[in-house]
Amino acid sequence: MEWASQLCENRGLGSKMTDSKYFTTTKKGEIFELKAELNSDKKEKKKEAVKKVIASMTVGKDVSALFPDVVNCMQTDNLELKKLVYLYLMNYAKSQPDMAIMAVNTFVKDCEDPNPLIRALAVRTMGCIRVDKITEYLCEPLRKCLKDEDPYVRKTAAVCVAKLHDINAQLVEDQGFLDTLKDLISDSNPMVVANAVAALSEIAESHPNSNLLDLNPQTINKLLTALNECTEWGQIFILDCLANYTPRDDRESQSICERVTPRLSHANSAVVLSAVKVLMKFMEMLPKDLDYYGTLLKKLAPPLVTLLSAEPELQYVALRNINLIVQKRPEILKHEMKVFFVKYNDPIYVKLEKLDIMIRLASQANIAQVLAELKEYATEVDVDFVRKAVRAIGRCAIKVEQSAERCVSTLLDLIQTKVNYVVQEAIVVIKDIFRKYPNKYESVIATLCENLDSLDEPEARAAMIWIVGEYAERIDNADELLESFLEGFHDESTQVQLQLLTAIVKLFLKKPTETQELVQQVLSLATQDSDNPDLRDRGYIYWRLLSTDPVAAKEVVLAEKPLISEETDLIEPTLLEELICHIGTLASVYHKPPSAFVEGSRGVQHRRLPPRAGSVESAESPDVGQSGPSEAPPAVIPSQGDLLGDLLNLDLAPPTATVPSVQPSMQMGAMDLLGGGLDSLMGDESDTLGGDIGGSPSMGAGLGAAPTAMPAALGGAPPVGGGLGDLFDLGGGVGMPTGFYVVPKTLWLPAMKAKGLEISGTFARRGGIIQMDMSLTNKAMSVMTDFAIQFNRNSFGLAPAGPLQVLTPLSPNQTIDVSLPLSTSGPVMKMEPLNNLQVAVKNNIDVFYFSCQFPLSLLFVEDGKMERQVFLATWKDIPNDNEAQFQIKDIHLNSDAASNKLQGSNIFTIAKRTVEGQDMLYQSIKLTNSIWVLAEMRVQTGNPNYTLSIKCRAPEVCQFVYQCYEMVLKN
Amino acid sequence: MIGGLFIYNHKGEVLISRVYRDDIGRNAVDAFRVNVIHARQQVRSPVTNIARTSFFHVKRSNIWLAAVTKQNVNAAMVFEFLYKMCDVMTAYFGKISEENIKNNFVLIYELLDEILDFGYPQNSETGALKTFITQQGIKSQTKEEQSQITSQVTGQIGWRREGIKYRRNELFLDVLESVNLLMSPQGQVLSAHVSGRVVMKSYLSGMPECKFGMNDKIVIDKQGKGGTTDDTGKSELGGSGKQSIAIDDCTFHQCVRLSKFDSERSISFIPPDGEYELMRYRTTKDIILPFRVIPLVREVGRTKLEVKVVIKSNFKPSLLAQKIEVRIPTPLNTSGVQVICMKGKAKYKASENAIVWKIKRMAGMKESQISAEIELLPTNDKKKWARPPISMNFEVPFAPSGLKVRYLKVFEPKLNYSDHDVIKWVRYIGRSGIYETRC
Repeated sequence: MEWASQLCENRGLGSKMTDSKYFTTTKKGEIFELKAELNSDKKEKKKEAVKKVIASMTVGKDVSALFPDVVNCMQTDNLELKKLVYLYLMNYAKSQPDMAIMAVNTFVKDCEDPNPLIRALAVRTMGCIRVDKITEYLCEPLRKCLKDEDPYVRKTAAVCVAKLHDINAQLVEDQGFLDTLKDLISDSNPMVVANAVAALSEIAESHPNSNLLDLNPQTINKLLTALNECTEWGQIFILDCLANYTPRDDRESQSICERVTPRLSHANSAVVLSAVKVLMKFMEMLPKDLDYYGTLLKKLAPPLVTLLSAEPELQYVALRNINLIVQKRPEILKHEMKVFFVKYNDPIYVKLEKLDIMIRLASQANIAQVLAELKEYATEVDVDFVRKAVRAIGRCAIKVEQSAERCVSTLLDLIQTKVNYVVQEAIVVIKDIFRKYPNKYESVIATLCENLDSLDEPEARAAMIWIVGEYAERIDNADELLESFLEGFHDESTQVQLQLLTAIVKLFLKKPTETQELVQQVLSLATQDSDNPDLRDRGYIYWRLLSTDPVAAKEVVLAEKPLISEETDLIEPTLLEELICHIGTLASVYHKPPSAFVEGSRGVQHRRLPPRAGSVESAESPDVGQSGPSEAPPAVIPSQGDLLGDLLNLDLAPPTATVPSVQPSMQMGAMDLLGGGLDSLMGDESDTLGGDIGGSPSMGAGLGAAPTAMPAALGGAPPVGGGLGDLFDLGGGVGMPTGFYVVPKTLWLPAMKAKGLEISGTFARRGGIIQMDMSLTNKAMSVMTDFAIQFNRNSFGLAPAGPLQVLTPLSPNQTIDVSLPLSTSGPVMKMEPLNNLQVAVKNNIDVFYFSCQFPLSLLFVEDGKMERQVFLATWKDIPNDNEAQFQIKDIHLNSDAASNKLQGSNIFTIAKRTVEGQDMLYQSIKLTNSIWVLAEMRVQTGNPNYTLSIKCRAPEVCQFVYQCYEMVLKN
Repeated sequence: MIGGLFIYNHKGEVLISRVYRDDIGRNAVDAFRVNVIHARQQVRSPVTNIARTSFFHVKRSNIWLAAVTKQNVNAAMVFEFLYKMCDVMTAYFGKISEENIKNNFVLIYELLDEILDFGYPQNSETGALKTFITQQGIKSQTKEEQSQITSQVTGQIGWRREGIKYRRNELFLDVLESVNLLMSPQGQVLSAHVSGRVVMKSYLSGMPECKFGMNDKIVIDKQGKGGTTDDTGKSELGGSGKQSIAIDDCTFHQCVRLSKFDSERSISFIPPDGEYELMRYRTTKDIILPFRVIPLVREVGRTKLEVKVVIKSNFKPSLLAQKIEVRIPTPLNTSGVQVICMKGKAKYKASENAIVWKIKRMAGMKESQISAEIELLPTNDKKKWARPPISMNFEVPFAPSGLKVRYLKVFEPKLNYSDHDVIKWVRYIGRSGIYETRC
């Protein structure tokens, strides 16, 4: 007691003798000394020594050698000392499992202590000791504590179940703790309920499919009742758990929302954000014409704004979440622009986030204010922030047409400041403004040209070069300007080199007479002196285009460019939906799904918003007034460099939007990048146009054919390829009289993996032509164009026989069915499994990869019927080792019907023999690569099981042939 | 959930390290030191991800607190917890400093064991904690005392214990507002809002039921309507000429029954004992801006600036504003400043790059002026001076939002005192928040 009173004195009156001294002892032989002190008879000395041990432990010294001595101090009635010893145990028990057993007795004894605080302490600590033997002893005390009369002990025991589950999940299940935990949800004490919910939620996360948190209206009701009574932290656990529930209908959804909305006035920001999460999620189910829906929307804004008066770290979390909410439901905060104005003393992370939201909320109504603010920001100190502010001005110009003029003049003012990074950033955005409003602001080019020398960043240089090339006819000394860049061509970054190449070609096409030398120079620099394949290829293409047909070159290079979209950096809708379900959590701060940063099974489940009930309207399009984004879902500007655009000088501009007119040319570019596709595309098109160039035209021939194909397509004529596709389709329809069995389409590429592109498909053989039938669905927000496909080398040399015929852009939520004819003349490489096919699909956004498996029957050719004699000879010739036997079960067909069915898939019956009521069918199959497969099928009348023997010189195919049999016969 | 909590000094030495989860290793302690504390740049994000481990950090004076996790935790909760941890520590041993933390490390460990279990925040109310975390060894508590503690810690009213007795029942109510302003050089209000707090000190016996009323527009309008048929509504209004204010949003201490506020907009609660924050609120409409700043900056050539700033007080002449301070930023290349002011004292502080003008007191509807000549060193720096805004500090004895406390009623049915016996004190203080005028 003496020590205690002294301590109090210290705290009250400043320090004579304080605990900090424990941090300073660092002499040699310390451990030895401590050992002696720990074993001292004097209580005070003992306690002092334990404190020293803990201090050493804190700073990272290894004091595990003192284990037995410290554990000896455990038996004490001094609670403070006991807690210190427990702390030591939690740290070192794992490294000294055998000695940790010494502590078990004390724990078990403490669990029976009359004082509930000590019972709870013991069970809490025991759960933190990850030693198997201790865990065994924990079960009984824990079971008692879960039913303890004191709520403090029960709430501690509830968490302890989660601890135990983390150590040994099986044990928890076997001991039935999960059921006890579920019972605690109905406990009379709100804190017990909250901790039970937290523990169950955590356990459920590692068992994604279990029905642990069996949320039904009754439990939900219990949770909502506890919500009103428990601590702020408990409210968070309960709200986070509620967010995982999916109400059965809109009425239930509304009633839960009504009971959650009062939480929006809680002082704890986490309670508010978790409540927002529940509301945002459940709102999804409410019909939009409901009055309550509007009320709810109005109730959400004030608490979100209030979050911005919290401490800066919380503001940051709130802003990251508001960024998501604004994308999902712009109407909530559309009138609250002012609160996102940046304050001079805001930390930089808050400033950058606010700026982001300002751009999203900018509209015609508030643009004047926003611009005035942005102009202020552009003079601040932090370089990142200033850059972002300048960029934001450009985005405003593009987003709100009425403001474009003022934005441009503001940018010009900023350029006049001559601050290097401001100028560069301004030039980059002005280039985008030119793209958005052609022939409007070109008068500023002169000002821009003055700053040519100060540009040292590749992006700015490339932007400037693009401007010079694009407006070469209006800039008198364009050739001189570009020539000056050419001097250090090899020191430039690829971005600048590509741009320079294109700009000079443009210049040449516009002013051919004076610039011939220049263009030759750049073409030879690009093609001969560079090892960058992109640059070289582009150089070659330009070169050939120019030398073959300058008119076509003009059509291609100076083609009208697609408009750029208004919104930037939008999160993909599927990801956005998932993140909305994670409001308030780390995922919403990182803007990444939990699987991207959490290890193991936890949090890998994808969360989805519930489907909207009771209304027909499309669920996603936000119903905003004039100010928000328009009806059409905004297009996303992809951040990656766009390969396609690259080729045709669209790289600078964020490529998007719908531009049917340039489609064919873009596609040509795409095919080339996929390797040799240019030839095949050109070859095919000329084929259908009645040309006689078929076969495998050389590069030159392909280009030669271009002028005929391209102008037609460029002029928006009926898509040539579409007709081609139709033809194939028709052919397919006619070509399957006996019915090749087509497996229903399966999902090959989920939208999650392909930035919104979903592909499902199947294979078919129609009239001797192998086809890959695919449904492409656009689940992203932006229009997808420029599809192309390529296969990896595979076992049977499958390769696309033509380009992927997707000639109209794929708008959001649109699905398009395509049939891709395949040939078997591609490169061969054995795959595992044999019928595996790796596919790359490319669109304007990225290249995506997936693999699928085709049925081998795809490769059974029509002339697979073998002569009887040959069959007999071959059968004998193939060694018996190569014979494989299979059972085909549950087939209720007689042998003739089976034979007919199989013939539809080019499995030909050559002979039939009946022996003792058993039909023996002899069959032959020929694969595209001329491998023969021979089969004997035994059919016993009345027995639904067939026996199939397959012989082949390449025995590895037998398994797959058998699969085809089974598939054909069963369908 | 939270996997561990570390406290460091400014050098990055660990003062406290408490690990709750097995997935957090000792190397996490070092990772944070190396990547955040020792990083030379300013903090670019309060959440840092290092090798798939997320660190949530806040800094209090020289001390870093970092919560660590490898899971998808509720980020808002982690920060709220860190703030709460700071509050609890301050309540126990005062300022958070290296010395205080070292002196109380055993206590801190004990607190951390109690308020975080397996990374889940438990009860963090200081009132409740102080009943059983005392650092006085084990007290021989009676069984009743023990169960009283546990029921308070886990119970519905975790913030108040039973059996409190005062000879004199007294309560103090402070309406503390901070008024925030951003004004353009031309005097246009770009943004203005008041964030207010109602702080209560209650010394009441028993478990009193309280009801708090203010001139909230929604309540007054409702009563005004009801008043035509209902007399009680009218009489309660008293001076019916009093204006009401529109509250944008408010949040409450956890003692307030939120569902009741949501349905009836009445603020009823059983208060904690001692000092606590009853509510926070925010208003943006009809704010009384106590001061106006009129700046005039003129560049005379490249080496001289002339600055003139006028401040006008805008409230009842009978009231006095105090602790007035105007901060006029100066360019980095300032070589000398001459200041003339009519009232108060003004000084150029080179280390802060500002002229600081202080006035002790100023009555309402008055005006004062300062003029300064700033001499500049010629520089080659192409970038123009950013002209940070002129900021102001002050304190006024009224609520700039217009908020008025209408009543605070106390009912204690079990004990023998009535609302009239409680002595109540109300005070209004308006302070400057971020009160800036661009120049």
